[in-house]
Amino acid sequence: MGWLGPAEIEALRLSLRVSFWATIVSLPLGIFVAYALARWRFPGRQVLNGLVHLPLILPPVVTGYLLLLTFNVQAPVGRVLADLGVVVAFRWTGAALAAGIMAFPLMVRAIRLSIEAVDPKLEQAGATLGASQPFVFVTVTLPMILPGIIAGAILAFAKAMGEFGATITFVSNIPGQTQTLPSAVYAFLQVPGGESAAMRLVIISIVIAMGALLLSEYVGRRAAARVAGT
Amino acid sequence: MSLSVQISHRLPGIDLDILFQAPRGVTVLFGRSGSGKTTIVDAVAGLLRPQAGRVAVDDWVLFDTEQGHWLPPHRRRLGYIFQEGRLFPHLTVRQNLSYGRWFAPRGARRENPDHVIEMLGIGHLLDRRPAHLSGGEKQRVAIGRALLASPRLILADEPLAALDEARKAEILPYFERLRDEVSVPILYVTHSAAEVARLATSVVALQDGKVLRQGPASEVLADPSVAPTGVRAVGAVLEVSVAAHHEDGLTELTANGVRLFLPRIPHSVGDTLRIRIPAQEVILSDRKPEGLSALNVLQGTVESVRAGEGPGAIVSVRTPAGTLLARVTRRSVDALALQPGKPCHAVVKTVALAPQDVGGRVAKS
Repeated sequence: MGWLGPAEIEALRLSLRVSFWATIVSLPLGIFVAYALARWRFPGRQVLNGLVHLPLILPPVVTGYLLLLTFNVQAPVGRVLADLGVVVAFRWTGAALAAGIMAFPLMVRAIRLSIEAVDPKLEQAGATLGASQPFVFVTVTLPMILPGIIAGAILAFAKAMGEFGATITFVSNIPGQTQTLPSAVYAFLQVPGGESAAMRLVIISIVIAMGALLLSEYVGRRAAARVAGT
Repeated sequence: MSLSVQISHRLPGIDLDILFQAPRGVTVLFGRSGSGKTTIVDAVAGLLRPQAGRVAVDDWVLFDTEQGHWLPPHRRRLGYIFQEGRLFPHLTVRQNLSYGRWFAPRGARRENPDHVIEMLGIGHLLDRRPAHLSGGEKQRVAIGRALLASPRLILADEPLAALDEARKAEILPYFERLRDEVSVPILYVTHSAAEVARLATSVVALQDGKVLRQGPASEVLADPSVAPTGVRAVGAVLEVSVAAHHEDGLTELTANGVRLFLPRIPHSVGDTLRIRIPAQEVILSDRKPEGLSALNVLQGTVESVRAGEGPGAIVSVRTPAGTLLARVTRRSVDALALQPGKPCHAVVKTVALAPQDVGGRVAKS
């Protein structure tokens, strides 16, 4: 990538790492929450639904500030984590946390839609054939929603790549540590002569976002066909 | 093995309160929609939790609300054949068939997959997915999947209701084989009198959540108050054997030495069958009829006359071939002076023996 400067490569690599970990770590939780929202009726279901969707509608800067209040090393949660050797404030792990939370609603929505498309009668059939609930999930539900999970993960990854407001509020804009792609674009635009570097990163952003969107659409269509059994 | 069922359950619109025993063979739950049939089967399967009751196969208790005992569905060792098949769309036929087998205890795997696949004629479908099967093929695979779970109890909830007449005729023989070859109780839900006549070892007639009557198919079907679709479903069930196929397209049957004719059926000479003769296809005469186009005239004596609320009555006639039922008007009952003990002739129109009423092989018992 000779046409990219070292700072730009740094930002791109950091963004990929942050988004990758944000997606991978939140995926199991995303599947669990999506399943709970789609299949279980429990008190507080609407509250959980609201909490999951909150990052989608709150100003990102508010989410970032709330994260900072929760996870700074003086705060109770941050102190406990720091005692365990985990510091997220102003680290790339913090950027991953912010990106994961911002991407979570998109991931859950995609997975939940695919779970709702699975006929519960098929899960009942699995139970009558001797499969316990976890086995029914693994052998019937999971294979049928797999394309939905992949689509949700791709969407979450793309969202994480573009996260800016919460990240910069929570972990600032430290080159090599928390300066992700969008933060880098912002930083380049603040200095004279930075426009061309910013433009290159903008193009990369567009390519990644567009590619992810197309890929997720494609996998989503496959999911629908698979549940229909063709 | 025998299944005992006792369930009380209150649903909007229906108060279910039933008690019955299902012996080995096919026990048909028979009643119109809304009589509680599916609720009973779902409770036996554990898909629905009834407010009170007890279900056991011999002394193995599936649930007993008094004891607070409840086995989840996956531990009940069932083979549930659903109306809509419910095959797993993401698995091939082969994988669908072996699904229940994975979970059956090793020592309990009685059924040989090759035998079941051959019995159901699905060997050529094994690598396909359910979306590429016809309705009848799907239902055959569903039967195989249930069977290969080596169940202690087979449940079938209107397994033919979603199929057209031709597909029904294709599947029914497999249920007859199941009845004759499998040693576990089969609980079979239907509202079709023809299916009852062909399959039932025992019938539990339901109405508004209560057991109206239980007994052998020939008795229960002969009771006009039981028939869910009204008097049309009333009919006699006879056991016959195929005597000959004639060149004019007729098949000759014998029932205890009495000859009966019906349009050619595919069974071979010597086969034993059950046939159902709907009561409304039988005419009575007090002397030997002559100059009639009908081929089947059976001599007998009136056994009983049951008048309904309308203008009709059901007359049962004992003939050497078995007991026949005839639906006649009350006016005819008076005109012919039909009463128990009176000799008469029953005339059965040949065409009345519709193919769907002709059953397959009967088990030698």
